[in-house]
Amino acid sequence: MLAVAGTVPSSDFPLIEGTVLLRDGQLQIGKHFIDVNRGTPALLAAAVKTAETLNRSLFAYLVGDTGTGKGSRKLYAYMADALTRMRFETIAFHYLQPIVHWHKRIQVILRTLTPKPTLIADAGFMYAAKMSGEAPLYDLFTPDAGELAFLADEEAPHPFYTRGFILHEENQVPDLIARAYRHGNAARHLIVKGAKDYLASEEGILETVAHPSEEAMEAMGGTGDTLTGIVSVLIDGGMTVREAAFTAMQVNRLAGHYTRPSPATQITDMITHIPQALRDVLGQRNQNGT
Amino acid sequence: MILPRFLKEIFSSGQSSESIEQTDRGILVFENTSEVIQAEKLLKQGKWDIRVMGPPPEIRQGCDLIIEFPLIEELQIVRTLTLAKLPPLRVVPVTSPLLQPVDIFQIRDFGRHLMVRAANMKLTIDKELSTIVNISGGGCPDVPYLAASMIGKSLANAPNPGDIGHTLCGYALQLAYEEVKRRCSL
Repeated sequence: MLAVAGTVPSSDFPLIEGTVLLRDGQLQIGKHFIDVNRGTPALLAAAVKTAETLNRSLFAYLVGDTGTGKGSRKLYAYMADALTRMRFETIAFHYLQPIVHWHKRIQVILRTLTPKPTLIADAGFMYAAKMSGEAPLYDLFTPDAGELAFLADEEAPHPFYTRGFILHEENQVPDLIARAYRHGNAARHLIVKGAKDYLASEEGILETVAHPSEEAMEAMGGTGDTLTGIVSVLIDGGMTVREAAFTAMQVNRLAGHYTRPSPATQITDMITHIPQALRDVLGQRNQNGT
Repeated sequence: MILPRFLKEIFSSGQSSESIEQTDRGILVFENTSEVIQAEKLLKQGKWDIRVMGPPPEIRQGCDLIIEFPLIEELQIVRTLTLAKLPPLRVVPVTSPLLQPVDIFQIRDFGRHLMVRAANMKLTIDKELSTIVNISGGGCPDVPYLAASMIGKSLANAPNPGDIGHTLCGYALQLAYEEVKRRCSL
């Protein structure tokens, strides 16, 4: 099963765990209902939509945190215990306050898990993995262009301190990917979200997806969260990381295209199109016999 | 200079386990020792994980004491100190004290909408209505909170991310927000 660990933007939301459902546009975990918007709720909603289409389910660990880090610390501590008791095939870590010593606690436990789950990191937890010098422990990171520049800058402790010569627009994504791998700051695979989506490994660019192209998606908050949710479920469903990443990049772009977005479109509008986009991408592949 | 042994350990170069432990720490530089002492007291009252130390050799400003703090919480800590009239002279990461905050903005004009990116944060406005329509990027837990608080509000009435954010992502959003306002006032 897939487990997702992340936060919701509320200071009084308790630490909860459980199977995630989507009911009337809200996430449901046990007796708790959560509005869907950018961040981990968007990841979970996209993951539920994908899982429903594939007849799968997913589990989540959630806590409220508005940036003080209090909720994240509780969740790190809880996960340090839960990971030794529970067995998941795939784990996606998401919006958590990046705290190096807590990441190191989790990382020690992840190394002991047998068989080792497929590990996905995005958002704050990806920052913590890079800051800890432990990016290669993970199977997949899903940065956007700004976060890729941070991974490529071996000096930067956070994207806010990425050096200008690396951030400069003249730097092309493939160069930044190569630099991130050169300094050991990338997971085994990277999905880089942007005008063109890239899947890369230490060997170089493995896949690119550029169509359909909706420029407005760059401005929409949550399109990276949905991509991470989709790819996490596909990996958990048995696809290789490469197959899952390529499929997820296509599905996410197609769902965006079906939304007919403007830069003001909200992520909830796009999430409803994920099942159709997934059916279309998988159906097309079956027709082609690939 | 005090605590030279400590400094050698803390500010050594390379990726030793100790230097990795320091990658999420920052340094607050103050004008004089009196300010350091007052700031230490204030931040300890707020239960922040801080400690007073000697400065690394790269820091040539301020007095011979600095405060080490959790870098990710820079926005909230600097806001707290500024409100107490104790603004630091400089704030830098422990592992790379010469790094500067991002100062490059990427601008994307969609016609009716304008997007400004600062580091990992993107803020998009409707130019006709002067309204914030989207916030994307970022990975710290205050980003969804900031987005929920700001989207749909006019630039004049939206809360300032520097006032309600807590993290460096919030700080990057503040820079994007200031750049949008600057461009809209031209």
